Amino acid sequence: MEWTQYLFMRNAFLAILLVTPIFALLGTMVVNNRMAFFSDSLGHSAFTGIALGVVMGLRDPLISMIAFAGLIGISFCIIKKLTRFPADTIIGVFSATSIALGVVILSRGGGFSKYSGFLIGDILSITSLEIVTLSLVFVLVLLYWFFFFNNLFLVNINSVLAKSRGIKVLLTEIIFVVLLAIIVMVSIQWIGILVINALLILPAAAARNLALNMHSYNLLAVVISLLAGIIGLILSYYWGTAAGATIVLCNTVFFLVSIPTRVRLRQTA
Amino acid sequence: MKCFKIEDLSVKMGKNVIIKNINLHIHNGEITALIGPNGAGKSTLFKALIGDIPYSGKFIYHNSLNPKKPRIGYVPQKMELEPSSPISVLDLFSTSITRIPVWLTYTKKSRLAVRRFLGMVKAEHLAEKRLGDLSGGELQRVLLALALNPLPDLLLLDEPFSAVDQSDLEGFYSLVQNLVKEYDFAAIIVSHDLSSAAKYAGTMIFLNHSVQSIGTPEQVFADDKFCQTFPQGIRAEV
Repeated sequence: MEWTQYLFMRNAFLAILLVTPIFALLGTMVVNNRMAFFSDSLGHSAFTGIALGVVMGLRDPLISMIAFAGLIGISFCIIKKLTRFPADTIIGVFSATSIALGVVILSRGGGFSKYSGFLIGDILSITSLEIVTLSLVFVLVLLYWFFFFNNLFLVNINSVLAKSRGIKVLLTEIIFVVLLAIIVMVSIQWIGILVINALLILPAAAARNLALNMHSYNLLAVVISLLAGIIGLILSYYWGTAAGATIVLCNTVFFLVSIPTRVRLRQTA
Repeated sequence: MKCFKIEDLSVKMGKNVIIKNINLHIHNGEITALIGPNGAGKSTLFKALIGDIPYSGKFIYHNSLNPKKPRIGYVPQKMELEPSSPISVLDLFSTSITRIPVWLTYTKKSRLAVRRFLGMVKAEHLAEKRLGDLSGGELQRVLLALALNPLPDLLLLDEPFSAVDQSDLEGFYSLVQNLVKEYDFAAIIVSHDLSSAAKYAGTMIFLNHSVQSIGTPEQVFADDKFCQTFPQGIRAEV
């Protein structure tokens, strides 16, 4: 195939193989726990993260992005613990503030266009070194998913029940959102702030329509995410479109196709 | 000799005192029914005993044969899930009893455990069902089975409001009564159905921020404070 001749396409393909399963796995819990709005605002916090990096004179703002998103995530867990109700309004305030603050700082002197690349991302820019970093994150997420999944799952369906079984509820949730912050921030330069949340939500949402238990839910989400990622990348090459957004559209197709099955499952239930 | 003592237990949230000066003895081998109006602090008492919220006072477990930290089994009133969630009964059990993550596989150990513990509550047939497809009574049995594994020293059971029909509910109470006798543990049930509670509970506690009345169900129902709060008597919807 023509696209395989280019190193940037081969790198992008490798990146997709690493990124999409991670997003699918974490996304299953984001959707289960009704955190879609939260993960969206986590993505938006990148604006302020980038701005902080620029103000501090960092060459690569990734550290400040992860630090700021991590902080937002931890605050979210603590606020949720203290107030015990879905913090929609608080998330909205956080989200709007971090977009506005970031845009204000980055647009000083009319220089925002320099950063507009973050909005849609560019997966073709990924380097071999970055793929090594990505592999490390991949391993980190898999380890977490192996050792903490059961606890996280129980915390999600009933935190008092989890507590009664000796699970450290707050710590489990904090590790999850920090991990989410890391993977979202690491990937944002390739996927884009505008569509990154869709990569978390859509594969899980489609898998949810087809699955009957957690095993098939996770498995289907990964398969859908991988397929949509590969198909989307190849289409974006031939169409000359942004890869991130094309991949999201492929995920949307999977989601639409999964809806009739959900309707059927519900009728037989 | 085993028993639980709660001494002078109070819970504050900010400036509000939710429950205060609770002093109780909870005995093994019988059901203790916890009743009281909405917002009386029943769930708060449970959360304090589980350690989910801070409290002042003492919660002591006496066990002359085997002094150890008590195991607490908890049956929540409801689960935080949408009816369409892809979560099976097997998922719920495997998650709780093995470290092998359920997204990877279900171990033979957890499949056997599910069957055994569902058997204790006569619900073996529910193993492969989705939680969202269970009726209120079925879900309650599944959650009870989960709380029995490992066997608790104290079972805290938050009864659902309505989802369970009357004959189901009586069956459920009689099941719990048999279990506390057979395995010799203590059980506190937050009860919304006073007539079932009266039939199966050995002790009844009427809570309204503090303990208003305690004794056999007959004694509590005859108490002035109970009659003032529930003028319709034991047919009250609480």
